[in-house]
Amino acid sequence: METIERAPDMSHMQVSDEIAIQIRDMNKWYGTFHVLRDINMTVNRGERIVVCGPSGSGKSTLIRCINRLEEHQAGQIIVDGTELTSDLKNIDKVRSEVGMVFQHFNLFPHLTILENCTLAPIWVRKVPKAEADATAMHFLEKVKIPDQAHKYPGQLSGGQQQRVAIARSLCMKPRIMLFDEPTSALDPEMIKEVLDTMISLAEEGMTMICVTHEMGFAQAVANRVVFMDQGQIVEQNTPREFFNNPQSERSRTFLSQILGH
Amino acid sequence: MSDTDAQSVFFMRDTMLPQVPPPAGQSGPVRWLRENLFSGWFNTILTICGLIALYFLLRGLLPWFAHSVWTADTLSECRQIIAAKWGPDATGACFAVVRERWTQWLFGFYPRHLYWRPVLTLVLMFVAMAPVLFPGVPRKLMIFSAIYPFLGFWLLWGGSAWVPLGGMAGFVLGYIAWRVLRENRPLVGILVAVVIALLWWLLLAGPVIDLFRSIAPLAIESVRSDRFGGFVLSLTIGVAAIAISLPLGIALALGRQSDMFLIKTLSVGFIEFIRGVPLITLLFTASLLLNYFLPPGTNFDIILRVIIMVSLFAAAYIAEVIRGGLAALPRGQYEAADSLGLDYFQAQRLIVLPQALKISIPGIVSVFIGLFKDTTLVIFVGLLDPLKGITDAVRASIDWKGIYWEPYIFVGSIFFLFCFGMSRYSMYLERRLKRDHR
Ligand SMILES: Nc1ncnc2c1ncn2[C@@H]1O[C@H](COP(=O)(O)OP(=O)(O)O)[C@@H](O)[C@H]1O
Ligand SMILES: [Mg+2]
Repeated sequence: METIERAPDMSHMQVSDEIAIQIRDMNKWYGTFHVLRDINMTVNRGERIVVCGPSGSGKSTLIRCINRLEEHQAGQIIVDGTELTSDLKNIDKVRSEVGMVFQHFNLFPHLTILENCTLAPIWVRKVPKAEADATAMHFLEKVKIPDQAHKYPGQLSGGQQQRVAIARSLCMKPRIMLFDEPTSALDPEMIKEVLDTMISLAEEGMTMICVTHEMGFAQAVANRVVFMDQGQIVEQNTPREFFNNPQSERSRTFLSQILGH
Repeated sequence: MSDTDAQSVFFMRDTMLPQVPPPAGQSGPVRWLRENLFSGWFNTILTICGLIALYFLLRGLLPWFAHSVWTADTLSECRQIIAAKWGPDATGACFAVVRERWTQWLFGFYPRHLYWRPVLTLVLMFVAMAPVLFPGVPRKLMIFSAIYPFLGFWLLWGGSAWVPLGGMAGFVLGYIAWRVLRENRPLVGILVAVVIALLWWLLLAGPVIDLFRSIAPLAIESVRSDRFGGFVLSLTIGVAAIAISLPLGIALALGRQSDMFLIKTLSVGFIEFIRGVPLITLLFTASLLLNYFLPPGTNFDIILRVIIMVSLFAAAYIAEVIRGGLAALPRGQYEAADSLGLDYFQAQRLIVLPQALKISIPGIVSVFIGLFKDTTLVIFVGLLDPLKGITDAVRASIDWKGIYWEPYIFVGSIFFLFCFGMSRYSMYLERRLKRDHR
């Protein structure tokens, strides 16, 4: 699975001591189903974390808890110093700091690409329209689709749509980006263009948590891999250690399945 | 697979094929007939039966229309003319009744010298609807659209201009309250706005209007509700009910989806109650029962009461149609809106409703068409609808006693024009809003 051509040099990237996300003893249930169990995790500013694990292990649920698309029932989640409680003010604050990219893009089909990108800045951040347009064009250029700005999402390929979704999140100038399997709904030839966009984001020092099974991406970009199974964090390690020398039996099984030998 | 096999299936294209147009000669009337009408023995039999039925239908109808008389003073005069021209056994339509009495079907018993007022109201209605219906029209006209309901009321019923202005003031006060509170407490804002508007209408508006009236009456000749009839009545009720029921239906549909128990229960209860009751029951309620509930002495106009009931009735159906549209939206749309930080109202207004309403257009327009036709039911509370009320009034005169089909054809055609117009507009809207180019 070699979808990454250029090996980005991440060695110069500084991970600061400042904590971006802190999760303490977090538990979540769907009804009686204990989906996340005793999650403890700290993400420093500038860190790039890849979360992997078998399907149904709770990866999506975990990152959706970080911007409160899902509610946790026990423990603490602190994002940028704001604790997520049922207080709407805090939730709004966290959501405006955290961008999210979904597996199925979730672009707004009734709005043009440009409108998709300017909607939240205009209505949430109250940015004047001209300024929002300029910002949107800047980020659309960055994901290399400025010429599609006036088309509708339905007219774009999957890879282009996902890049628009990334640009849409970036327009809110988030300090943290969450990715939930951003490439798994894409045809193979489009995966690379999306990963390239994510790599350039990483190179700029964005704090990122990516749920992905792109191991090439994990090895090249991540400074930590978090392996989950059955709602628990089973192993956390550097990519090199995780791939070459997995500690737990579960990680070994998972890696042998995903690498196909 | 051996090497030799692989060799034998080897193929490589050395010139790429250019695009060519599709083959011609695939159409033509004969081919169309064969494919659509005579494609098999069963279809052929159906086609022949259809043609025979059509023949008998036209044999009866065509002479009746061909012999129609447009100028006569009475039904018997019509019959004489037909008999003289086409023979004693000939049938023929007597559209002379339409020619002589058309104003009555259109205006009911509205004073003749004031016909210009309903006509002006109708013309202004199109002006007011233009910015809502079509994208090319300047948005500034929306202000006129907002004022129009009150202007229309004043033009139709006449009287002092302070009455509609007082009604408008309630909305303005409510809107101001909402604007002030919306930033911090959107839900409380709505509640306060409603309470303030109600307080104004129920307690303050009356004395204030009287005060202004005593200073300057600003009155035009007033027309009582029992003078209304025909299409003036149908359109007044229909248009007002459409305009009220759409926002109400949207609110109910959202209420039904709400997480808040009270709002959800109220919405579901309202929708299910209204849908479980025939419209006629609601109209009787409007004409009789409401009098018991309203404070004694309030003289609440019967047409306004009917408009409210018809609106509530249509709103319940629209709410259910929109609920279907809401259910068709993928959850990802809500999640994307949430993750971008849009609040509930922004998400509904900018993301959810535009898409849900688009899906619901055919259903909503069906409800509107049904509503417009149901305005004829007001006959049961003593209002003169065009179909039966006015037709009976016309037939009651000795001149036109015994005429039967012609008025119904006339009234039916006008209803058809309006309903067909609505249906075409909805198709235009669907095409305009089409966004999936896959
Ligand atoms: N809304 C929900 N209600 C009930 N169970 C859910 C819901 N969403 C996910 N689950 C269950 O929670 C578990 C974890 O789901 P998810 O976080 O999506 O896993 P992953 O992303 O790792 O594949 C799965 O077993 C899934 O069936
Ligand atoms: Mg998942």
